[in-house]
Amino acid sequence: MRDRAELVIIGGGIVGLSLAYHLARMGMTDVVVLEQGYLCFGASGRNGGGIRQQWSTEVNIRLAQQSVRMFKQLARETGHNIWFRQGGYLFLARDARIAAELEKTVKLQNRLGVPTRLISPAMARRLVEGLNTEGVEVCSYNSTDGVLFPWPAVWGMATVVRNLGVEINTFTRVTGIDVKDNHVVKVVTDRGAVATHRVVNAAGAWSWQIARLAGLELPNKPYRHEILVTEPLKPFLEPMVSDLSDGTYFSQTMRGEILGGIADPQEPSSMETNSSFRFLARMCNSMIRILPRLSRVKILRQWAGYYDETPDGQPILGRVKPVEGFVQLNGFGGHGFMLAPAVGKIAAEWLLRKQDHQIFHTYDLGRFERGETRKENFTIG
Amino acid sequence: MGRTIVCRCEDVTIEDLKQAFSEGYRDLESLKRYTGFATGFCQGKCCLAHAARFLSALKGGDDTVADPTRTRPLLHPTPASRFAGAAEPMEDE
Repeated sequence: MRDRAELVIIGGGIVGLSLAYHLARMGMTDVVVLEQGYLCFGASGRNGGGIRQQWSTEVNIRLAQQSVRMFKQLARETGHNIWFRQGGYLFLARDARIAAELEKTVKLQNRLGVPTRLISPAMARRLVEGLNTEGVEVCSYNSTDGVLFPWPAVWGMATVVRNLGVEINTFTRVTGIDVKDNHVVKVVTDRGAVATHRVVNAAGAWSWQIARLAGLELPNKPYRHEILVTEPLKPFLEPMVSDLSDGTYFSQTMRGEILGGIADPQEPSSMETNSSFRFLARMCNSMIRILPRLSRVKILRQWAGYYDETPDGQPILGRVKPVEGFVQLNGFGGHGFMLAPAVGKIAAEWLLRKQDHQIFHTYDLGRFERGETRKENFTIG
Repeated sequence: MGRTIVCRCEDVTIEDLKQAFSEGYRDLESLKRYTGFATGFCQGKCCLAHAARFLSALKGGDDTVADPTRTRPLLHPTPASRFAGAAEPMEDE
C-alpha cells in the first residue's frame, strides 16, 4: 500500500469510485481508495439498480439527467456491460395529495427537459399488462428512466481507475484520521497509514463513523433496506413500477428476474443486514396487489443493504468547516447509485480545477444549522 | 481442462473462475458476483462447495478462503403467494 497520496478516498462504492474515475481521467492518479470489504460489499452492491430522473427538486433532476447520459456511455468506456435498460419508471398515486404533488413535480421535470407524463390508470394498464389500478388516481411515467446491473458498473469503474494508476485497496479498514492544527494529515488503516492532506468520506452507511475519526459529528443515520429477487422470467415488464402510497417498487432485470423492495416506516436506524420475514410478507403482499400475475412467481432470495439517511433526505457534500481537507460525499439515502456519475464528475472538477458548483452550497453540512433545508419528497423507502 | 461446469444454474465454468481470479477477484464473495455462480435457482446449494474448493486450490491450498458466502432466505424457491397471506402483523422469531 502506498504510504502517501494527494488524495485518499474512503469507500470503494460507486460514489468513491466515480470520483476516482473522473479524477483519473482528468489526469490525477495520485489517489488511494480504501474499501473495508470486497468491491460491491456496501450499498453499491446491494441495491436494485433503479435509475430515474423523476425527482422533486431541480438540483436532483439535473444530477439525474447528467447521470443517465453518463450511464449510457459507461459500458463503452469501461468495457463492462452494465445492462442499462431504459424501460421507464411508472409511479402510481393513490390519493389526491400525492396526485397533486406528482402534478407539480412533472411540470418541473418537463421544464428541465425530462419527458415525464401524467397518465391515466387505463394508460398505465397498457404499459404493464395485468396491472391492477384499483384505487389508483393517476400515474406518472418517464420512458427515459431505467434499470441497470450495479455490480459491473462498480467493477468497470474500478478496472479503469486501476489501469490508470490509482490504488484501490480492498479489505482495508480505516481505523483513524489524524488531524493536526485543523488539517487532515494522515489516514490510518489496519494495513498501514497513508499521509495525505485531503480525505474524501464516501463511506455510505459508515460515513458517520468515518467522520467521528476526524472529530466530526454528522446527522447521517444508517437504515437497513431489504430487497428480494425472483426466478428469471421471459421479458414482459417494461418499466420499473413503484407505488407511492407504500414505497413498493419492482422491475425486471436483464436476467429476467423480478427485483424489488418496499419501504418500512417501522425500520429503526441500525447497521443490521439480516433478512426479515416481515419484509418478505409485506413485499409479496404489495407486489401481488399491484401485479396479481406475479403471485405464482417463485422468490429465490432476499437480502439487505443500507440507506445512509440525512434529516432532509439529501446528501451532504463538500467541505466541512472545522477540519481542512475533509470532504463529504455521502448521505445519499436510497439514490446514491443513480446520482453517482454526475456527483463524481462535479466533485472531481471541484477538487482538481477548483470549479465551484451549486451542490456544494445546496448540500453542504452547514445547511442544517442555517435551517436552509429543502426536503426531497420523491424518495422511496 | 475443457468445459468443466462449476455452477449448473448459471453455466459457470472453471475457466470463468480462473479468468475472474486472474482479474483480481480472489475472495469467494467477489468470485461469486463476478462469475455469477450461486446466484441462480439453487442459490449455491450445488456449486458453492466446488467453487470454494477451486478457489482454495488457486490460492495454493489456502482453506481460509473457503468460508461460505452469506446464506440468505429462501431455502427453496417458493411462490410469492405463499407469503402474501402472512400480512403485516407477522413478526420475526
